[in-house]
Amino acid sequence: MIGVEHYVVVSSILFVLGVLGIFLNRKNIIVILMAIELILLAVNLNLVAFSAFLGDLTGQIFAMFVLTVAAGEAAIGLAILVIYFRGRGTIAVDDVNRMKG
Amino acid sequence: MDFSTSLALIAPELVLSLSGLALLLVAAWAGDRAARTISVLACMALGAAFALCLPVVNGGLAGADRIAFDGQFRADAFASLAKLMIYAASLAALVLAPAFLERIRSMRAEYPVLVLFSAVGMSIMVSATDLLTLYIGLEMQSLAAYVLASFVRDDNRSAEAGLKYFVLGSLASGILLFGMSLTYGFSGSTAFDAIGVALGGDLSTGALFGLVFVMAGLAFKISAVPFHMWTPDVYEGAPMPVTAFFASAPKVAAIALLTRVLMEAFGSQVDSWRQIVVFLALASIVVGALGAIGQDNVKRLLAYSSINNVGFILIGLAVASSAGTSAMLVYLSIYVPMTIAGFVAVLMLRNAAGEPIERIADLAGLSRVRPAVAWCLMIVMFSLAGIPPMFGFWGKFVVFQAAVQADMVVLAAVGIAASVIGAFYYLKIVKVMFFDEPSGAVVSGVGERGDRSLGTLLALSTLMISPFGFLATGWLGAVADRAAASLLLLA
Repeated sequence: MIGVEHYVVVSSILFVLGVLGIFLNRKNIIVILMAIELILLAVNLNLVAFSAFLGDLTGQIFAMFVLTVAAGEAAIGLAILVIYFRGRGTIAVDDVNRMKG
Repeated sequence: MDFSTSLALIAPELVLSLSGLALLLVAAWAGDRAARTISVLACMALGAAFALCLPVVNGGLAGADRIAFDGQFRADAFASLAKLMIYAASLAALVLAPAFLERIRSMRAEYPVLVLFSAVGMSIMVSATDLLTLYIGLEMQSLAAYVLASFVRDDNRSAEAGLKYFVLGSLASGILLFGMSLTYGFSGSTAFDAIGVALGGDLSTGALFGLVFVMAGLAFKISAVPFHMWTPDVYEGAPMPVTAFFASAPKVAAIALLTRVLMEAFGSQVDSWRQIVVFLALASIVVGALGAIGQDNVKRLLAYSSINNVGFILIGLAVASSAGTSAMLVYLSIYVPMTIAGFVAVLMLRNAAGEPIERIADLAGLSRVRPAVAWCLMIVMFSLAGIPPMFGFWGKFVVFQAAVQADMVVLAAVGIAASVIGAFYYLKIVKVMFFDEPSGAVVSGVGERGDRSLGTLLALSTLMISPFGFLATGWLGAVADRAAASLLLLA
Protein backbone atom coordinates (compact mmCIF):
# COMPACT_ATOMS: atom_id res chain seq x y z
CA MET A 1 0.00 0.00 0.00
CA ILE A 2 1.45 3.33 -1.02
CA GLY A 3 0.76 5.98 1.59
CA VAL A 4 1.31 9.74 1.58
CA GLU A 5 4.74 9.31 3.19
CA HIS A 6 6.05 7.65 0.03
CA TYR A 7 5.05 10.67 -1.99
CA VAL A 8 6.65 13.01 0.52
CA VAL A 9 9.88 11.01 0.39
CA VAL A 10 9.98 11.11 -3.42
CA SER A 11 9.22 14.83 -3.51
CA SER A 12 11.87 15.50 -0.87
CA ILE A 13 14.44 13.62 -2.96
CA LEU A 14 13.45 15.64 -6.03
CA PHE A 15 13.68 18.86 -4.02
CA VAL A 16 17.16 18.03 -2.74
CA LEU A 17 18.26 17.06 -6.27
CA GLY A 18 17.02 20.43 -7.50
CA VAL A 19 18.87 22.36 -4.81
CA LEU A 20 22.05 20.36 -5.42
CA GLY A 21 21.63 20.97 -9.14
CA ILE A 22 21.85 24.72 -8.49
CA PHE A 23 24.86 24.56 -6.21
CA LEU A 24 26.95 21.73 -7.65
CA ASN A 25 26.46 22.56 -11.30
CA ARG A 26 29.47 24.44 -12.67
CA LYS A 27 28.60 24.26 -16.31
CA ASN A 28 25.76 26.15 -17.67
CA ILE A 29 22.94 28.42 -16.53
CA ILE A 30 20.30 26.53 -18.49
CA VAL A 31 20.90 23.61 -16.14
CA ILE A 32 20.13 25.93 -13.22
CA LEU A 33 16.80 26.82 -14.83
CA MET A 34 16.05 23.11 -15.11
CA ALA A 35 16.97 22.59 -11.46
CA ILE A 36 14.57 25.38 -10.43
CA GLU A 37 11.86 23.69 -12.45
CA LEU A 38 12.63 20.42 -10.64
CA ILE A 39 12.17 22.13 -7.27
CA LEU A 40 8.79 23.50 -8.31
CA LEU A 41 7.69 20.09 -9.57
CA ALA A 42 8.71 18.51 -6.27
CA VAL A 43 6.49 21.05 -4.54
CA ASN A 44 3.63 20.24 -6.90
CA LEU A 45 3.94 16.54 -6.19
CA ASN A 46 3.79 17.30 -2.49
CA LEU A 47 0.74 19.53 -2.88
CA VAL A 48 -1.19 17.08 -4.99
CA ALA A 49 -0.34 14.12 -2.73
CA PHE A 50 -1.39 16.00 0.39
CA SER A 51 -4.52 17.21 -1.35
CA ALA A 52 -5.56 13.66 -2.26
CA PHE A 53 -4.65 12.40 1.19
CA LEU A 54 -6.54 15.14 3.03
CA GLY A 55 -9.52 15.00 0.69
CA ASP A 56 -9.19 18.78 0.28
CA LEU A 57 -9.08 20.47 -3.12
CA THR A 58 -7.01 23.48 -2.06
CA GLY A 59 -3.72 21.69 -2.70
CA GLN A 60 -4.59 20.91 -6.30
CA ILE A 61 -5.68 24.48 -6.94
CA PHE A 62 -2.42 25.62 -5.39
CA ALA A 63 -0.53 23.29 -7.75
CA MET A 64 -2.27 24.95 -10.72
CA PHE A 65 -1.15 28.36 -9.50
CA VAL A 66 2.41 27.10 -9.04
CA LEU A 67 2.46 25.72 -12.59
CA THR A 68 1.24 29.04 -14.00
CA VAL A 69 3.74 31.11 -12.07
CA ALA A 70 6.54 28.69 -12.97
CA ALA A 71 5.81 29.31 -16.65
CA GLY A 72 6.10 33.06 -16.15
CA GLU A 73 9.23 32.63 -14.12
CA ALA A 74 10.89 30.49 -16.79
CA ALA A 75 10.00 33.07 -19.44
CA ILE A 76 11.58 35.90 -17.45
CA GLY A 77 14.61 33.78 -16.59
CA LEU A 78 15.25 32.94 -20.23
CA ALA A 79 14.79 36.58 -21.24
CA ILE A 80 17.37 37.72 -18.69
CA LEU A 81 19.66 34.92 -19.84
CA VAL A 82 19.39 36.14 -23.44
CA ILE A 83 20.40 39.72 -22.61
CA TYR A 84 23.20 38.36 -20.44
CA PHE A 85 24.46 36.20 -23.30
CA ARG A 86 24.29 39.14 -25.72
CA GLY A 87 26.57 41.16 -23.49
CA ARG A 88 29.03 38.50 -22.44
CA GLY A 89 28.89 35.83 -25.12
CA THR A 90 28.85 33.01 -22.58
CA ILE A 91 26.43 31.32 -20.20
CA ALA A 92 28.98 29.29 -18.21
CA VAL A 93 28.30 29.54 -14.48
CA ASP A 94 31.93 30.26 -13.62
CA ASP A 95 31.92 33.35 -15.79
CA VAL A 96 29.20 35.10 -13.77
CA ASN A 97 31.76 36.98 -11.71
CA ARG A 98 31.87 40.62 -12.70
CA MET A 99 31.07 41.60 -9.12
CA LYS A 100 32.80 40.12 -6.12
CA GLY A 101 33.44 41.04 -2.54
CA MET B 1 -19.39 39.01 2.93
CA ASP B 2 -20.45 39.67 -0.65
CA PHE B 3 -18.29 40.29 -3.63
CA SER B 4 -18.71 44.06 -3.82
CA THR B 5 -17.55 44.52 -0.21
CA SER B 6 -14.46 42.50 -1.04
CA LEU B 7 -13.79 44.65 -4.07
CA ALA B 8 -14.15 47.79 -1.96
CA LEU B 9 -11.54 46.43 0.44
CA ILE B 10 -8.98 45.87 -2.29
CA ALA B 11 -9.52 49.34 -3.79
CA PRO B 12 -5.82 50.38 -3.57
CA GLU B 13 -4.71 47.22 -5.39
CA LEU B 14 -7.45 47.66 -7.97
CA VAL B 15 -6.37 51.23 -8.68
CA LEU B 16 -2.75 50.16 -9.08
CA SER B 17 -3.32 47.08 -11.19
CA LEU B 18 -5.86 48.70 -13.51
CA SER B 19 -3.68 51.76 -14.05
CA GLY B 20 -0.69 49.44 -14.51
CA LEU B 21 -2.50 47.57 -17.28
CA ALA B 22 -3.71 50.78 -18.92
CA LEU B 23 -0.23 52.32 -18.79
CA LEU B 24 1.25 49.15 -20.26
CA LEU B 25 -1.02 49.64 -23.26
CA VAL B 26 0.03 53.27 -23.51
CA ALA B 27 3.67 52.16 -23.30
CA ALA B 28 3.17 49.65 -26.09
CA TRP B 29 1.34 52.22 -28.20
CA ALA B 30 3.39 55.36 -27.72
CA GLY B 31 6.79 53.83 -27.05
CA ASP B 32 9.63 55.29 -25.05
CA ARG B 33 8.79 58.88 -25.98
CA ALA B 34 5.90 58.67 -23.54
CA ALA B 35 8.11 57.47 -20.68
CA ARG B 36 7.88 60.76 -18.77
CA THR B 37 4.11 61.00 -19.12
CA ILE B 38 3.69 57.40 -18.01
CA SER B 39 5.91 58.07 -15.00
CA VAL B 40 3.74 61.00 -13.97
CA LEU B 41 0.55 58.98 -14.39
CA ALA B 42 2.03 56.08 -12.41
CA CYS B 43 2.95 58.53 -9.63
CA MET B 44 -0.65 59.72 -9.58
CA ALA B 45 -1.91 56.13 -9.32
CA LEU B 46 0.41 55.48 -6.41
CA GLY B 47 -0.74 58.71 -4.77
CA ALA B 48 -4.38 57.64 -5.14
CA ALA B 49 -3.64 54.24 -3.61
CA PHE B 50 -1.77 55.98 -0.79
CA ALA B 51 -4.80 58.18 -0.10
CA LEU B 52 -7.08 55.13 -0.05
CA CYS B 53 -4.94 53.49 2.64
CA LEU B 54 -4.68 56.55 4.90
CA PRO B 55 -8.12 56.32 6.59
CA VAL B 56 -7.55 52.64 7.42
CA VAL B 57 -4.28 53.48 9.16
CA ASN B 58 -5.66 56.50 10.98
CA GLY B 59 -8.75 54.62 12.15
CA GLY B 60 -6.73 51.57 13.18
CA LEU B 61 -9.35 49.44 11.48
CA ALA B 62 -9.21 45.71 12.13
CA GLY B 63 -11.35 42.64 12.57
CA ALA B 64 -13.82 40.66 10.55
CA ASP B 65 -15.12 43.49 8.37
CA ARG B 66 -11.64 44.04 6.90
CA ILE B 67 -11.45 40.50 5.53
CA ALA B 68 -11.97 40.11 1.80
CA PHE B 69 -12.63 37.07 -0.39
CA ASP B 70 -13.47 34.59 2.37
CA GLY B 71 -10.29 35.00 4.35
CA GLN B 72 -7.80 35.26 1.49
CA PHE B 73 -6.97 38.88 2.07
CA ARG B 74 -7.06 41.26 5.02
CA ALA B 75 -6.93 45.04 4.61
CA ASP B 76 -6.33 45.93 8.26
CA ALA B 77 -4.37 48.81 9.76
CA PHE B 78 -1.17 46.74 9.87
CA ALA B 79 -1.28 45.98 6.15
CA SER B 80 -2.31 49.52 5.29
CA LEU B 81 0.55 51.07 7.26
CA ALA B 82 2.99 48.81 5.41
CA LYS B 83 1.28 49.79 2.15
CA LEU B 84 1.76 53.48 2.91
CA MET B 85 5.51 52.90 3.21
CA ILE B 86 5.57 50.71 0.09
CA TYR B 87 3.71 53.25 -2.02
CA ALA B 88 5.85 56.11 -0.77
CA ALA B 89 9.05 54.20 -1.57
CA SER B 90 7.74 53.19 -5.01
CA LEU B 91 6.84 56.81 -5.67
CA ALA B 92 10.39 57.82 -4.79
CA ALA B 93 11.76 55.14 -7.13
CA LEU B 94 9.64 56.63 -9.92
CA VAL B 95 10.68 60.21 -9.19
CA LEU B 96 14.39 59.54 -9.17
CA ALA B 97 14.52 57.20 -12.16
CA PRO B 98 14.10 59.46 -15.22
CA ALA B 99 17.03 61.75 -14.46
CA PHE B 100 19.37 58.81 -14.02
CA LEU B 101 18.10 56.52 -16.76
CA GLU B 102 17.79 59.24 -19.40
CA ARG B 103 21.44 60.14 -18.92
CA ILE B 104 22.47 56.60 -19.86
CA ARG B 105 19.75 56.42 -22.54
CA SER B 106 17.92 53.57 -20.85
CA MET B 107 14.68 55.23 -19.82
CA ARG B 108 11.99 53.00 -21.21
CA ALA B 109 8.25 53.32 -20.87
CA GLU B 110 8.11 49.96 -19.09
CA TYR B 111 9.98 51.15 -16.01
CA PRO B 112 7.02 52.86 -14.26
CA VAL B 113 4.73 49.99 -15.25
CA LEU B 114 7.05 47.42 -13.69
CA VAL B 115 7.30 49.47 -10.50
CA LEU B 116 3.50 49.64 -10.37
CA PHE B 117 3.12 45.86 -10.78
CA SER B 118 5.78 45.30 -8.17
CA ALA B 119 3.84 47.62 -5.83
CA VAL B 120 0.66 45.61 -6.44
CA GLY B 121 2.53 42.41 -5.61
CA MET B 122 3.88 43.94 -2.43
CA SER B 123 0.47 45.13 -1.27
CA ILE B 124 -0.92 41.65 -1.84
CA MET B 125 1.97 40.27 0.20
CA VAL B 126 1.32 42.45 3.23
CA SER B 127 -2.43 41.75 3.11
CA ALA B 128 -2.17 38.01 2.52
CA THR B 129 -3.84 35.78 5.08
CA ASP B 130 -3.58 32.61 3.04
CA LEU B 131 -0.54 30.78 1.70
CA LEU B 132 -1.94 31.03 -1.82
CA THR B 133 -2.33 34.83 -1.75
CA LEU B 134 1.08 35.07 -0.12
CA TYR B 135 2.68 33.13 -2.96
CA ILE B 136 0.95 35.09 -5.71
CA GLY B 137 1.89 38.43 -4.15
CA LEU B 138 5.47 37.41 -3.57
CA GLU B 139 5.95 36.15 -7.11
CA MET B 140 4.30 39.20 -8.61
CA GLN B 141 6.74 41.40 -6.73
CA SER B 142 9.74 39.18 -7.51
CA LEU B 143 9.12 38.73 -11.23
CA ALA B 144 8.85 42.49 -11.73
CA ALA B 145 11.96 42.97 -9.60
CA TYR B 146 14.06 40.53 -11.67
CA VAL B 147 13.29 42.55 -14.77
CA LEU B 148 14.00 45.84 -13.00
CA ALA B 149 17.41 44.59 -11.82
CA SER B 150 18.47 43.87 -15.40
CA PHE B 151 16.79 46.99 -16.76
CA VAL B 152 19.89 48.57 -18.33
CA ARG B 153 20.14 45.91 -20.99
CA ASP B 154 23.47 46.92 -22.53
CA ASP B 155 25.28 47.09 -19.21
CA ASN B 156 26.91 43.75 -18.35
CA ARG B 157 26.75 44.39 -14.63
CA SER B 158 23.01 45.06 -14.74
CA ALA B 159 22.38 41.84 -16.70
CA GLU B 160 24.52 39.89 -14.28
CA ALA B 161 22.70 41.39 -11.30
CA GLY B 162 19.38 40.39 -12.85
CA LEU B 163 20.64 36.86 -13.50
CA LYS B 164 21.94 36.38 -9.96
CA TYR B 165 18.79 37.85 -8.47
CA PHE B 166 16.66 35.60 -10.64
CA VAL B 167 18.50 32.36 -9.84
CA LEU B 168 18.75 32.93 -6.10
CA GLY B 169 15.29 34.48 -5.89
CA SER B 170 13.72 31.49 -7.61
CA LEU B 171 15.62 29.17 -5.30
CA ALA B 172 14.22 31.08 -2.33
CA SER B 173 10.71 30.90 -3.76
CA GLY B 174 11.18 27.16 -4.24
CA ILE B 175 12.31 26.69 -0.64
CA LEU B 176 9.41 28.80 0.57
CA LEU B 177 6.96 26.81 -1.54
CA PHE B 178 8.29 23.51 -0.27
CA GLY B 179 7.81 24.76 3.26
CA MET B 180 4.28 25.91 2.43
CA SER B 181 3.41 22.51 0.93
CA LEU B 182 4.61 20.77 4.11
CA THR B 183 2.71 23.25 6.26
CA TYR B 184 -0.41 22.61 4.22
CA GLY B 185 0.03 18.85 4.46
CA PHE B 186 0.55 18.76 8.19
CA SER B 187 -2.06 21.35 9.15
CA GLY B 188 -4.67 20.56 6.51
CA SER B 189 -5.27 24.14 5.46
CA THR B 190 -3.68 27.08 3.69
CA ALA B 191 -5.45 29.82 5.69
CA PHE B 192 -3.24 31.41 8.35
CA ASP B 193 -5.83 31.27 11.13
CA ALA B 194 -6.70 27.61 10.42
CA ILE B 195 -2.99 26.72 10.36
CA GLY B 196 -2.56 28.51 13.68
CA VAL B 197 -5.37 26.45 15.22
CA ALA B 198 -4.17 23.16 13.70
CA LEU B 199 -0.60 23.64 14.86
CA GLY B 200 -1.45 24.29 18.51
CA GLY B 201 0.10 21.78 20.91
CA ASP B 202 3.29 19.95 20.01
CA LEU B 203 4.77 20.60 16.59
CA SER B 204 5.18 17.47 14.44
CA THR B 205 8.46 16.94 12.59
CA GLY B 206 6.87 17.61 9.22
CA ALA B 207 5.30 20.88 10.36
CA LEU B 208 8.61 21.90 11.92
CA PHE B 209 10.34 21.33 8.58
CA GLY B 210 7.61 23.41 6.98
CA LEU B 211 8.18 26.26 9.45
CA VAL B 212 11.95 26.20 8.90
CA PHE B 213 11.65 26.16 5.10
CA VAL B 214 9.10 28.98 5.12
CA MET B 215 11.36 31.06 7.35
CA ALA B 216 14.41 30.32 5.18
CA GLY B 217 12.60 31.41 2.04
CA LEU B 218 11.36 34.64 3.62
CA ALA B 219 14.73 35.34 5.26
CA PHE B 220 16.17 35.33 1.77
CA LYS B 221 13.65 37.92 0.63
CA ILE B 222 14.55 40.28 3.48
CA SER B 223 18.24 39.41 2.93
CA ALA B 224 18.88 38.33 6.51
CA VAL B 225 22.17 36.55 7.19
CA PRO B 226 22.87 33.66 6.26
CA PHE B 227 20.69 34.25 3.19
CA HIS B 228 22.23 37.60 2.30
CA MET B 229 24.95 36.73 -0.21
CA TRP B 230 23.00 37.97 -3.20
CA THR B 231 22.36 41.44 -1.77
CA PRO B 232 25.69 43.24 -2.35
CA ASP B 233 26.04 41.89 -5.90
CA VAL B 234 22.49 42.72 -6.92
CA TYR B 235 22.61 46.16 -5.31
CA GLU B 236 25.88 46.96 -7.03
CA GLY B 237 24.85 45.77 -10.46
CA ALA B 238 21.30 47.09 -10.62
CA PRO B 239 20.81 50.67 -11.80
CA MET B 240 20.86 53.07 -8.85
CA PRO B 241 17.12 54.04 -8.78
CA VAL B 242 16.28 50.33 -8.82
CA THR B 243 18.72 49.69 -5.99
CA ALA B 244 17.04 52.42 -3.97
CA PHE B 245 13.73 50.72 -4.67
CA PHE B 246 15.03 47.25 -3.68
CA ALA B 247 16.48 48.58 -0.45
CA SER B 248 13.19 50.14 0.65
CA ALA B 249 9.82 48.87 -0.58
CA PRO B 250 10.36 45.07 -0.95
CA LYS B 251 12.09 45.02 2.43
CA VAL B 252 9.03 46.55 4.10
CA ALA B 253 6.73 44.11 2.30
CA ALA B 254 8.75 41.00 3.11
CA ILE B 255 9.22 41.97 6.75
CA ALA B 256 5.51 42.69 7.18
CA LEU B 257 4.74 39.37 5.49
CA LEU B 258 7.17 37.47 7.71
CA THR B 259 5.62 39.11 10.76
CA ARG B 260 2.12 38.14 9.76
CA VAL B 261 3.08 34.55 8.93
CA LEU B 262 4.96 34.05 12.18
CA MET B 263 2.50 35.84 14.45
CA GLU B 264 -0.65 34.43 12.90
CA ALA B 265 0.01 31.07 11.21
CA PHE B 266 2.75 30.03 13.62
CA GLY B 267 1.53 32.20 16.49
CA SER B 268 1.05 29.16 18.71
CA GLN B 269 4.66 28.06 18.18
CA VAL B 270 6.50 31.20 19.27
CA ASP B 271 9.12 29.20 21.15
CA SER B 272 9.96 27.20 18.04
CA TRP B 273 10.69 30.18 15.81
CA ARG B 274 11.95 32.73 18.28
CA GLN B 275 15.42 31.16 18.46
CA ILE B 276 15.67 31.22 14.66
CA VAL B 277 14.67 34.88 14.52
CA VAL B 278 17.14 35.75 17.27
CA PHE B 279 19.90 34.02 15.32
CA LEU B 280 18.92 35.78 12.08
CA ALA B 281 18.84 39.12 13.86
CA LEU B 282 22.22 38.81 15.56
CA ALA B 283 23.94 37.32 12.50
CA SER B 284 22.53 40.09 10.27
CA ILE B 285 23.61 42.85 12.63
CA VAL B 286 27.14 41.52 13.00
CA VAL B 287 27.75 40.47 9.38
CA GLY B 288 26.14 43.68 8.10
CA ALA B 289 28.40 45.79 10.29
CA LEU B 290 31.62 43.86 9.62
CA GLY B 291 31.00 43.30 5.91
CA ALA B 292 30.58 47.00 5.20
CA ILE B 293 33.97 47.97 6.58
CA GLY B 294 36.08 46.92 3.60
CA GLN B 295 33.77 48.21 0.87
CA ASP B 296 34.80 50.99 -1.51
CA ASN B 297 31.55 51.11 -3.50
CA VAL B 298 28.73 53.19 -2.07
CA LYS B 299 26.04 50.80 -3.32
CA ARG B 300 27.72 47.77 -1.73
CA LEU B 301 28.14 49.75 1.48
CA LEU B 302 24.45 50.62 1.51
CA ALA B 303 23.67 46.95 0.78
CA TYR B 304 25.53 45.85 3.89
CA SER B 305 23.91 48.70 5.79
CA SER B 306 20.49 47.38 4.78
CA ILE B 307 21.46 43.88 5.99
CA ASN B 308 22.49 45.46 9.27
CA ASN B 309 19.19 47.35 9.55
CA VAL B 310 17.17 44.21 8.87
CA GLY B 311 18.90 42.67 11.88
CA PHE B 312 17.68 45.50 14.12
CA ILE B 313 14.16 45.15 12.75
CA LEU B 314 14.20 41.41 13.44
CA ILE B 315 14.93 42.13 17.10
CA GLY B 316 11.44 43.59 17.25
CA LEU B 317 10.06 40.41 15.68
CA ALA B 318 11.96 38.19 18.12
CA VAL B 319 10.11 39.92 20.97
CA ALA B 320 6.94 38.45 19.42
CA SER B 321 4.53 40.81 21.13
CA SER B 322 2.38 43.77 20.27
CA ALA B 323 5.09 46.11 21.58
CA GLY B 324 7.73 44.40 19.44
CA THR B 325 5.61 44.62 16.29
CA SER B 326 4.89 48.26 16.94
CA ALA B 327 8.64 48.94 17.40
CA MET B 328 9.35 47.20 14.09
CA LEU B 329 6.83 49.36 12.29
CA VAL B 330 8.31 52.53 13.78
CA TYR B 331 11.79 51.38 12.76
CA LEU B 332 10.62 50.59 9.23
CA SER B 333 8.93 53.94 8.79
CA ILE B 334 12.19 55.65 9.74
CA TYR B 335 14.32 53.24 7.70
CA VAL B 336 12.49 53.95 4.43
CA PRO B 337 13.13 57.72 4.23
CA MET B 338 16.66 57.13 5.55
CA THR B 339 17.50 54.71 2.72
CA ILE B 340 15.81 56.80 0.07
CA ALA B 341 17.67 59.92 1.21
CA GLY B 342 21.00 58.08 1.08
CA PHE B 343 20.47 56.89 -2.47
CA VAL B 344 19.07 60.19 -3.73
CA ALA B 345 22.06 62.06 -2.34
CA VAL B 346 24.49 59.75 -4.14
CA LEU B 347 22.35 59.90 -7.29
CA MET B 348 22.67 63.69 -7.41
CA LEU B 349 26.44 63.47 -7.79
CA ARG B 350 28.14 63.00 -11.10
CA ASN B 351 31.55 63.47 -12.61
CA ALA B 352 32.66 65.72 -15.43
CA ALA B 353 31.52 63.20 -18.05
CA GLY B 354 28.05 63.20 -16.51
CA GLU B 355 28.45 59.67 -15.20
CA PRO B 356 27.15 58.67 -11.79
CA ILE B 357 29.52 58.44 -8.84
CA GLU B 358 29.80 55.07 -7.13
CA ARG B 359 33.14 54.90 -5.35
CA ILE B 360 33.50 56.18 -1.83
CA ALA B 361 36.89 57.71 -2.67
CA ASP B 362 35.13 59.95 -5.20
CA LEU B 363 33.15 61.55 -2.39
CA ALA B 364 36.33 63.14 -1.04
CA GLY B 365 35.93 66.82 -0.26
CA LEU B 366 32.28 66.80 -1.21
CA SER B 367 31.51 69.42 1.42
CA ARG B 368 33.36 71.98 -0.67
CA VAL B 369 32.00 70.98 -4.08
CA ARG B 370 28.36 70.21 -3.22
CA PRO B 371 27.85 71.43 0.35
CA ALA B 372 24.06 70.90 0.43
CA VAL B 373 24.31 67.28 -0.69
CA ALA B 374 27.20 66.66 1.68
CA TRP B 375 25.23 67.96 4.66
CA CYS B 376 22.21 65.85 3.74
CA LEU B 377 24.42 62.78 3.35
CA MET B 378 25.93 63.55 6.73
CA ILE B 379 22.49 63.60 8.34
CA VAL B 380 21.71 60.28 6.64
CA MET B 381 24.93 58.69 7.86
CA PHE B 382 24.48 59.91 11.44
CA SER B 383 20.89 58.71 11.31
CA LEU B 384 21.90 55.27 10.00
CA ALA B 385 24.50 55.03 12.73
CA GLY B 386 21.75 55.82 15.25
CA ILE B 387 23.45 58.85 16.73
CA PRO B 388 21.11 61.25 18.57
CA PRO B 389 19.65 63.75 17.86
CA MET B 390 19.04 62.25 14.40
CA PHE B 391 15.75 60.43 14.01
CA GLY B 392 17.45 57.11 13.19
CA PHE B 393 18.28 56.93 16.88
CA TRP B 394 14.59 56.73 17.76
CA GLY B 395 14.06 53.61 15.64
CA LYS B 396 16.87 51.77 17.36
CA PHE B 397 15.69 53.06 20.72
CA VAL B 398 12.15 51.70 20.44
CA VAL B 399 13.38 48.33 19.17
CA PHE B 400 15.87 47.92 22.01
CA GLN B 401 13.30 49.15 24.50
CA ALA B 402 10.87 46.46 23.37
CA ALA B 403 13.62 43.82 23.68
CA VAL B 404 14.64 44.94 27.17
CA GLN B 405 11.02 45.03 28.34
CA ALA B 406 10.64 41.43 27.17
CA ASP B 407 13.72 40.39 29.22
CA MET B 408 15.86 39.87 26.12
CA VAL B 409 18.67 41.98 27.52
CA VAL B 410 21.48 39.95 25.92
CA LEU B 411 19.97 40.40 22.48
CA ALA B 412 19.70 44.15 23.00
CA ALA B 413 23.25 44.36 24.38
CA VAL B 414 24.79 42.55 21.40
CA GLY B 415 22.73 44.74 19.07
CA ILE B 416 23.98 47.94 20.69
CA ALA B 417 27.59 46.70 20.64
CA ALA B 418 27.36 45.87 16.94
CA SER B 419 25.79 49.22 16.11
CA VAL B 420 28.96 50.80 17.48
CA ILE B 421 30.96 48.80 14.91
CA GLY B 422 28.54 50.00 12.28
CA ALA B 423 29.11 53.60 13.29
CA PHE B 424 32.73 53.23 12.11
CA TYR B 425 31.97 53.07 8.40
CA TYR B 426 29.14 55.56 8.50
CA LEU B 427 31.45 58.07 10.16
CA LYS B 428 34.20 57.17 7.69
CA ILE B 429 32.01 58.51 4.87
CA VAL B 430 31.42 61.72 6.79
CA LYS B 431 35.16 62.02 7.34
CA VAL B 432 35.89 61.47 3.63
CA MET B 433 33.31 64.09 2.65
CA PHE B 434 34.31 66.79 5.10
CA PHE B 435 38.01 66.39 5.87
CA ASP B 436 39.63 64.89 2.76
CA GLU B 437 41.01 66.95 -0.08
CA PRO B 438 38.58 67.10 -3.03
CA SER B 439 39.35 64.33 -5.49
CA GLY B 440 37.98 66.32 -8.39
CA ALA B 441 35.70 63.48 -9.36
CA VAL B 442 32.46 65.24 -8.51
CA VAL B 443 31.60 68.39 -10.39
CA SER B 444 29.35 71.01 -8.88
CA GLY B 445 25.87 70.53 -10.19
CA VAL B 446 24.38 72.94 -12.63
CA GLY B 447 20.61 72.63 -12.76
CA GLU B 448 20.19 69.72 -15.13
CA ARG B 449 16.75 68.52 -16.02
CA GLY B 450 15.29 66.45 -13.20
CA ASP B 451 17.65 67.84 -10.57
CA ARG B 452 14.90 69.87 -8.98
CA SER B 453 12.70 66.85 -8.31
CA LEU B 454 15.69 64.98 -6.89
CA GLY B 455 16.51 67.95 -4.70
CA THR B 456 12.95 68.16 -3.40
CA LEU B 457 12.93 64.44 -2.66
CA LEU B 458 16.26 64.69 -0.87
CA ALA B 459 15.13 67.69 1.19
CA LEU B 460 11.87 65.99 2.15
CA SER B 461 13.37 62.68 3.18
CA THR B 462 16.26 64.33 5.01
CA LEU B 463 13.80 66.49 6.89
CA MET B 464 11.99 63.35 8.02
CA ILE B 465 15.11 61.80 9.52
CA SER B 466 16.53 65.05 10.89
CA PRO B 467 15.86 66.00 14.54
CA PHE B 468 12.53 67.46 13.34
CA GLY B 469 11.37 63.88 13.00
CA PHE B 470 11.03 63.70 16.77
CA LEU B 471 8.01 65.98 16.50
CA ALA B 472 6.21 62.99 14.94
CA THR B 473 7.13 60.37 17.53
CA GLY B 474 3.83 60.57 19.39
CA TRP B 475 1.73 60.23 16.25
CA LEU B 476 3.99 57.55 14.77
CA GLY B 477 3.94 55.53 17.99
CA ALA B 478 0.15 55.69 18.22
CA VAL B 479 -0.31 54.65 14.59
CA ALA B 480 2.17 51.78 14.96
CA ASP B 481 0.52 50.62 18.18
CA ARG B 482 -2.89 50.53 16.52
CA ALA B 483 -1.44 48.67 13.52
CA ALA B 484 0.23 46.10 15.78
CA ALA B 485 -3.03 45.67 17.69
CA SER B 486 -4.90 45.11 14.43
CA LEU B 487 -2.42 42.37 13.47
CA LEU B 488 -2.88 40.56 16.76
CA LEU B 489 -6.61 41.36 16.89
CA LEU B 490 -6.25 43.00 20.29
CA ALA B 491 -8.48 45.97 19.60
